[in-house]
Amino acid sequence: MSEHRRPRIFLVDDHAMFRAGVRAELGPAVEVIGEADEADAAVELINERLPDVVLLDVHLPGGGGQAVLGGVTPHHPEVRFLALSVSDAPEDVIAVIRAGARGYVTKTISGDELLQAVHRVHAGDAVFSPRLAGFVLDAFAGMAGVDTLAANLDPELDQLSPRERQVLRLIARGYTYKEVARDLTISTKTVESHVSSVLRKLQLSTRHELTKWATDRRLV
Amino acid sequence: MCGGLSTTTGIDVTLVRIAFALLTLASGVGILIYGLAWLVLPLQGENASILSRALTDRRGIRLVIAIVPLFVMVVLVAGALHVGFVGSFVWPVFLAAGAAMLIRRNASEEEKVWINGELMPMLHSGVERHPRWKLVGRVAAGLVLGIGGLSVATAGHAGNGAIRSLAGALLVIAAIIVIFGPWWLSLARDLLSERQARALAEERAQMAAHVHDSVLQTLALIQRSADDPRQVVRLARAQERELRSWLFEGRSPGTIGDDAATVAEGIDVIQRQVEGDHGIAVQVVVVGDCPLTDGLRALLDASREATVNAATWSGANQVSLYAEIEPDVVTLFVRDRGRGFDPRSVPRDRQGIAHSIRGRVARCGGSAAIRSAPGAGTEVELSMPRREKTA
Repeated sequence: MSEHRRPRIFLVDDHAMFRAGVRAELGPAVEVIGEADEADAAVELINERLPDVVLLDVHLPGGGGQAVLGGVTPHHPEVRFLALSVSDAPEDVIAVIRAGARGYVTKTISGDELLQAVHRVHAGDAVFSPRLAGFVLDAFAGMAGVDTLAANLDPELDQLSPRERQVLRLIARGYTYKEVARDLTISTKTVESHVSSVLRKLQLSTRHELTKWATDRRLV
Repeated sequence: MCGGLSTTTGIDVTLVRIAFALLTLASGVGILIYGLAWLVLPLQGENASILSRALTDRRGIRLVIAIVPLFVMVVLVAGALHVGFVGSFVWPVFLAAGAAMLIRRNASEEEKVWINGELMPMLHSGVERHPRWKLVGRVAAGLVLGIGGLSVATAGHAGNGAIRSLAGALLVIAAIIVIFGPWWLSLARDLLSERQARALAEERAQMAAHVHDSVLQTLALIQRSADDPRQVVRLARAQERELRSWLFEGRSPGTIGDDAATVAEGIDVIQRQVEGDHGIAVQVVVVGDCPLTDGLRALLDASREATVNAATWSGANQVSLYAEIEPDVVTLFVRDRGRGFDPRSVPRDRQGIAHSIRGRVARCGGSAAIRSAPGAGTEVELSMPRREKTA
C-alpha cells in the first residue's frame, strides 16, 4: 500500500465516548485532525481541513451520514469516507454507500481491523464486511439472461460477474481479502479490484433492491 | 454358479451368464439347467458336487427306498377307494421328496444353512412353543382336507360339477392355509420385528445426538468454567431445565423448535442461543430465505451444533455463519479462526461430528464437509437439497 505518511483522519460521531475510543484504538498509526458530533459542523470542518479519510457514523443528528456526504463529495471527491454503524443491517448502510462512502464497518470492529479498513479506504479500495457482501449477493441475485430482459437491466452495472460473486461469497463467509486471494489463487490486488468494481455497481446500479433503500427515509 | 460352470468348461463367465439369461427368458430351460448345474458342479473350494455325494450316500439312498412301501400303500388304498388320480401324482411327489431329502443331506454346510433358514421354517414354525404332535396333527389335518378337497373336486358326476369343484377348491385352500398359515405368520412377524429394530436403531442415533448436543456440551462447559461457581450453577440449572422439558414435555434440546418458520429466522435463533449461552460473537450473513422443511431443520440443527462446537472448542471470540439459499439447494458455512484440529485424529466415539453433524444432515439427504487444520481454524460446510420447491 502507498502509505508514505500517516493517514489524516476526521471523526464524525455524536458520542464523545466512541470518538475517544476510536482515537485510542487507532493510536499513533493515524493523525486525527478533527472531530464533529453533528452533520452541519462536520461538513464545514471537513471542507476546510480536507482529511484523507472520514470515519462517519451512519446515525447522526442533522440528516445522518448522508447529509455529510452530500455536503462534501460534490466539492471534494478526493475525501474518502468509511461508514461506521452500530447495527450491521445493510439497510442502515446502503444509502450511505450509494451516497459515496467507500465501505462500512461495524462499531464492534477491533482496533487492528479498523486500522486496516482505514488504510484500505485511503488507498482507494473498498471495504466490505461479510454482512454487506451478503446483502450485495442478495440484491444482485438472479442470473444473466431472462432477468436482464425482463427488468431492462444494464449488464455492465446491474449484474455481478461470476468472479465477483465468488469473491463476495468468500467475504460473506468471513474470509479476509488475503484468504480470498489464497482460496481463488489470485493476488490480493485482484481481490481488491473485484471488490472496488462491486462497490461501483453498488453505487451506480439502478436495481430496484438498491434504489429502494435510497428512497426510503427510514434510516434517520 | 455361472462362475463355476465357466471354470469347468473354460467358457467366459459373462457369456455363460448371458446364455442363462437368454435360455431362462426364452423357455425357462435356463432355470432347469441352473438347478442341474447346482447339483452336478462342486461348490468353489470343495471337490465333490451334491449329486456325486448323494450317489455315494448309502444311508440316504436306503432311507429313500424305505419310504417306497409307504407310497405303495397309499397307491393301493387310493386304488381301492376308486380315486385313481392319486396314482398319477404319487410317483412324482415321491421322487421329488426323495430327491429333496438327498439334496439336503448332501448339501455343503453353507447351503445347509440356507436351506434350514429358508425352507425349514415351513415345517418347523411354532415348534418351539408347541409340542411336535401339534405340528404333525396340523399337517395331517391339512393333508386330509387337501385330499378330500381334490377328490370332491375331481370324482364328481357331471351333473353338479360346478358346486363340487367349488367346494373342492375351498377345501384345498383351507388345507394350504392350515399347513402353511403359521409359516406365513412367522414370516410376517419377522418382517415386522426387523422393521421395528431398524426404527429403534434410528431412534437411538437421534437420542444420542440429542444427548450429545445438550448434556455433553454442557458438561464440557462446566469443566471449563470450574473456577467460576456461579457460572457452573447457571449452566447446570439451564441444562436441568432443558433435560426436564425434553424428558417430560417432549421438546427436543439442541433443536430450533417452533420459534422459526424460515431459514433466516432459524439462524437468528441459533445466533441468539449461542451468543447467550457461550458468550461468543456470532457473525451472521444470510443470502435469500425460504420456509423451513424437515430437511432444512436438520440442516439448521447441524449448523447450530457446529456453531456450538466452535464456541466451545475453538478458543476464537467470533464465529461466522453464512447461509445461502438458492432455488435448489441451501448451503451453510460455519467458520472460526480458532485453534483448529486434525480431522483424522478425532476418535470415532466422539458424537459431535459423526452424529450431530454428519448423521443429522445425511439422514435427510444432505451432506457435510469439515475443513480444519491445527492452528488454522475450522470451517464446516453443510448443504441440503430443497426437494419441495417453495417459490
